[in-house]
Amino acid sequence: MRAYLRRRLLQFVPILVGICILNFLILQLAPGDLAEVVAAESSGGDAAMDNKAYVAQLRASFGLDVPAWAQLLAYLKRLAHFDLGYSHRFGAPVAELIGGRIGATALLGLTSLAIAVAGGVLLGVLCARRRNGRVDRFVSALMALCYSMPVFWLALMLVVAFGVKLEWLPIGGMREVGAEALGARAQAWDIARHLVLPVVTLSVYSLAVYARFTRASMTDALQEDYIRTARSKGLSEPAVVFRHALRNAVLPVLTLVGAHVGELLAGSIVVETVFSWPGLGKLTYDAVLNRDTNLLLSILLLSSLLVMTTSLLLDLITARLDPRIELQR
Amino acid sequence: MTTLTFRLARPRLPALPAQAWLSVAVLLLVLVAALCAPWLYPGDPQDMTLPPYLWPGQDWGHPFGSDLMGRDLGAGLAHGARVSLLVGAAAAGLTLFIGVAVGTLAGWYGGWVDNVLMRLTDFFQIVPRFLLAIVLVAVLEPSLSVVVLSLGITSWTHTARVVRAEVLGLRQREFVQAGLAAGMSQTRIVLRHVLPNALTPILVSTSIVVAGCILSESGLAFLGLGDPNLLSWGAMIASGREAIQTGWYMIAIPGAAVMATVWSLNVLGDQLNQYFNPKLRD
Repeated sequence: MRAYLRRRLLQFVPILVGICILNFLILQLAPGDLAEVVAAESSGGDAAMDNKAYVAQLRASFGLDVPAWAQLLAYLKRLAHFDLGYSHRFGAPVAELIGGRIGATALLGLTSLAIAVAGGVLLGVLCARRRNGRVDRFVSALMALCYSMPVFWLALMLVVAFGVKLEWLPIGGMREVGAEALGARAQAWDIARHLVLPVVTLSVYSLAVYARFTRASMTDALQEDYIRTARSKGLSEPAVVFRHALRNAVLPVLTLVGAHVGELLAGSIVVETVFSWPGLGKLTYDAVLNRDTNLLLSILLLSSLLVMTTSLLLDLITARLDPRIELQR
Repeated sequence: MTTLTFRLARPRLPALPAQAWLSVAVLLLVLVAALCAPWLYPGDPQDMTLPPYLWPGQDWGHPFGSDLMGRDLGAGLAHGARVSLLVGAAAAGLTLFIGVAVGTLAGWYGGWVDNVLMRLTDFFQIVPRFLLAIVLVAVLEPSLSVVVLSLGITSWTHTARVVRAEVLGLRQREFVQAGLAAGMSQTRIVLRHVLPNALTPILVSTSIVVAGCILSESGLAFLGLGDPNLLSWGAMIASGREAIQTGWYMIAIPGAAVMATVWSLNVLGDQLNQYFNPKLRD
């Protein structure tokens, strides 16, 4: 187990270096660079383009005056020292910017993930138990609608229904103005109320996918011989379904989670933009609009690292849950 | 004398569930709207032709109403259908092209070619798809072809893996070995004998790929990363957002159009999948 872990973690290094290089090359495709954008903005419009000296000075201060390969080398060297660089647009170190935002996104993402997995698996089980029954047909049709919906549209419709018409829930931000003065419990309640709509929005799509997947794998599991054995032993229906069938059926669903963590992060860009949630997704969007290369590189790297770590964790969990799987590769 | 009469079997429509017919109907409607948009709503759909805040049904000459700037929502829907279908089809085409090419090369040649191509596939699978698409569009400046390109570049990995697995299996089969022994060129074997056998599972799910691309396109357009000269459904939703307090229909209508189209393509893909892979049948 420890040897396996060490080997997998060592494999991370070349993959991550490869990802960094490709990300860097993609961002190099941009016409113009940060120095030109900043120069054009600071002296208003096209007049600044003539100001070559100023652009050159900015370029030198951003480290953009050397050829691309030298910039790439400098970037990799910084990374090797765990230095994510400086965001020239936000005027702060990248690590600080990301560190300040990551909590909000983690709260949003993990809550959504938990709801999506739990809800999706339960719905899938419900459908698989009475396949093609009334419940199954209704839930399956609903799920088909759920994964055909644009996420941002769902977000806006929820805002219309619960924020504008019913006025039940806040429609933006993470806390009320002046909430800092309240007690700890009131603060938690405040955040929870702000969390409802973004979490629902972000989890609906994945929930539908998990439900569909669980339904398929539960249907197979319920036809196995060991289920017939369990039933003939006279076990109660919940024991058969949850202890015998679901335990086997849930493994393939778990492997899906690895791929979906990345999607969740990408989805949070849209959700956080709509709900002005002060997290990484919003930061990503701002970084994209502002061409903040250092920040974007770090966000891309971070999300890749997150996906890889999750899939490693899931491999470990699956191996723990299913003794037939051996950790060797 | 007896006459033999041959009666042709009457062509019978396959027994499909109601939702399959509904999906075909929706797709036909969208297609017709897209094709007829220049006649139904001549001129630029961005032109302000109506009084603003016209609710749907207030004026039956313009059944979908108008947005906050007085643009006809009906015109936006019809012209937006062109953008959605065009981007969906083109991006799906690019996805299939890259996926099939990478998958075939990797599966057929094996060895280091396979290794390099599959590591590349890993990369595109590890970096979140939509995030990469956003970055690509922003970096290359939004336009129709850039949107198509970035959606194609970010969504081919699944296709490549499926094709690779199929080709890998077919490569060992007797008819391929026989072709090699008979001295046929590799290109000819791959194009004439391997690919036609490997493509069924991919072609069957094409409409699901198109659906995914349409969904992503609307997301990009909503974030302001669509072609600024074209009115698409996602862009309509984004501009309706400013009227969320008073005119929520400006958001609801184009969003429903996206959902109906994507839903229909998904249902169609599922049905085709079940038809061609009897193993999946319920």
